[in-house]
Amino acid sequence: MSITVRDVEHIAWLARLELSERDKRKFSKQLDHILDHAGKIKEIDLRDVPPTSHVLPLENVFRKDESEPCLTDKEALSNAPKKEKGAFVVPRILAQD
Amino acid sequence: MELHNLTGYKLHNMLQTKKISAVELIKAVFTRVEKVERKVKAYLNLDRDLALSRAKKIDQNIKSEKKISFLTGLPIAVKDNICTKGIITTCASRMLENFNPVYNATVAQRIIDRGAVIAGKTNMDEFAMGSSTENSAFGPTFNPWNLETVPGGSSGGSAAAVAAGEAIFSLGSDTGGSIRQPASLCGVVGLKPTYGLISRYGLIAFASSLDQIGPITKDVRDCACLLNEIAGHDPKDSTSLRTNVPDYTKALVKEIGGLRIGIPKELMGEGVSRDVKDSVEKALELLRGLGAHVEETSLPHLDYALSAYYLIAPAEASSNLARYDGVRYGYRAEDVSDILEMYSKTRALGFGDEVKRRIMLGTYALSAGYYEAYYGQAQKVRTLVVRDFNEAFEKFDVLISPTSPTPAFKIGEKVADPLQMYLSDICTIPVNLAGIPAISIPCGAVNGLPVGLQIMGKVLGEETILRVAYAFEQNFKGVGKPPLRI
Repeated sequence: MSITVRDVEHIAWLARLELSERDKRKFSKQLDHILDHAGKIKEIDLRDVPPTSHVLPLENVFRKDESEPCLTDKEALSNAPKKEKGAFVVPRILAQD
Repeated sequence: MELHNLTGYKLHNMLQTKKISAVELIKAVFTRVEKVERKVKAYLNLDRDLALSRAKKIDQNIKSEKKISFLTGLPIAVKDNICTKGIITTCASRMLENFNPVYNATVAQRIIDRGAVIAGKTNMDEFAMGSSTENSAFGPTFNPWNLETVPGGSSGGSAAAVAAGEAIFSLGSDTGGSIRQPASLCGVVGLKPTYGLISRYGLIAFASSLDQIGPITKDVRDCACLLNEIAGHDPKDSTSLRTNVPDYTKALVKEIGGLRIGIPKELMGEGVSRDVKDSVEKALELLRGLGAHVEETSLPHLDYALSAYYLIAPAEASSNLARYDGVRYGYRAEDVSDILEMYSKTRALGFGDEVKRRIMLGTYALSAGYYEAYYGQAQKVRTLVVRDFNEAFEKFDVLISPTSPTPAFKIGEKVADPLQMYLSDICTIPVNLAGIPAISIPCGAVNGLPVGLQIMGKVLGEETILRVAYAFEQNFKGVGKPPLRI
């Protein structure tokens, strides 16, 4: 099992990360090395072991369905890189015909 | 003794009896900062005027109050991944270089409400990913004990600030050892509380099932005092525990006769340096002398904890960090033709290498075809780690190990080899996987660099580990203060 440059390209695409060719080579080597070490867990028989996603015996924590004070439009937009008329501005999403 | 070197507990008594004022104290701390900060670089952001005006207000309140709360007037440093309203919070990342939180984290709100003076925001590894604070986008922090070595990480700034007297104490966060390992390398006390004991609301998320905020202090009493102030249920954090918070200072008794201490042999293995082992063994000798029963034990699955952690934590991180898309806050790349290009350029330019590595590791571990083999298996290993600890705590009151396998290492020594860096967390990671509390206290020094002892307890066993830590500290000669000749 080894991580190729093509694997890195696929992962980077999934994670929305643009990488240079140099980065791709560097990361493929490093990720390969790390995953090789992490692969150690395959040594253990885990067939009848349930997974743990979370250590607390908590489930479905709900609050009352009541409105509470929240951020104003101005506060919510205060860190936006680009805004207009109370909205976040983003580049074009749909292709032009 | 200069004020900056005193503990919060002593300074609290001096403020209470009006021997000093809050203004005098914050000025003393800033005088110290002026002297040493250009060498240590513990802080990312210091707001002297804000701190001073706050100290003035607090002095007004002290005049009219008979009994002041513990934190009143005490200067505290806060890790820069804890949101502070109106104070830039960067997570040591270009991505959040200008991020100005519109709300306070619950812990920040609590310490402010109880009269603490925030001295500044401390340096860290970007998004808390790292063990040396070298992954900060704004340059590393230097260990006050030896400026050529790292302070540990990711809460390196918070630990170095306390060690160098640039704050009375500080807050850090710990996902795989990020409070305990820097505390160990800087010769101070650091506690990772039970998962859920302290609210994570407003803590910028790294790996949500592992992250926990905790205190970094000069001694065990301050640790208990600060924990008293920040522990407790918060309706804004759904993973916050509904539990009665005791007065942790009541646990500070020197008596540990008959206490059962287990030494997991997996955490004293070949990765641990001879010098560190010697220091730990001497510490165990001291604890035996105080009447504790010390016995070697085995938690066999700890051998797999590091592997499981480096799948689970990156998997959670890859999901948590998906929010940095350049839309609502943070950095946004310019000159892009469409939204996909904006996302991928923003993230390419906004994140450093370690953050990219972890996002990719996590994305891989969660991707189609690999989910079961990596993430799924790692979660099962986590179950076995939890079981090992549960079984061990049937036989032992606490478990003890080194905090870090080595004392502070040289700046630059491990940056080119991520796996070597990850191995610095080998003794601390199992604790986060199991959600249990653990404290690191100084137990010796090697070539002028402190060594830390890790004391682990069962879920909500903070009082027991504080008691052991306190008993040890009271009978140990201490490691002193960093020489820090400037």
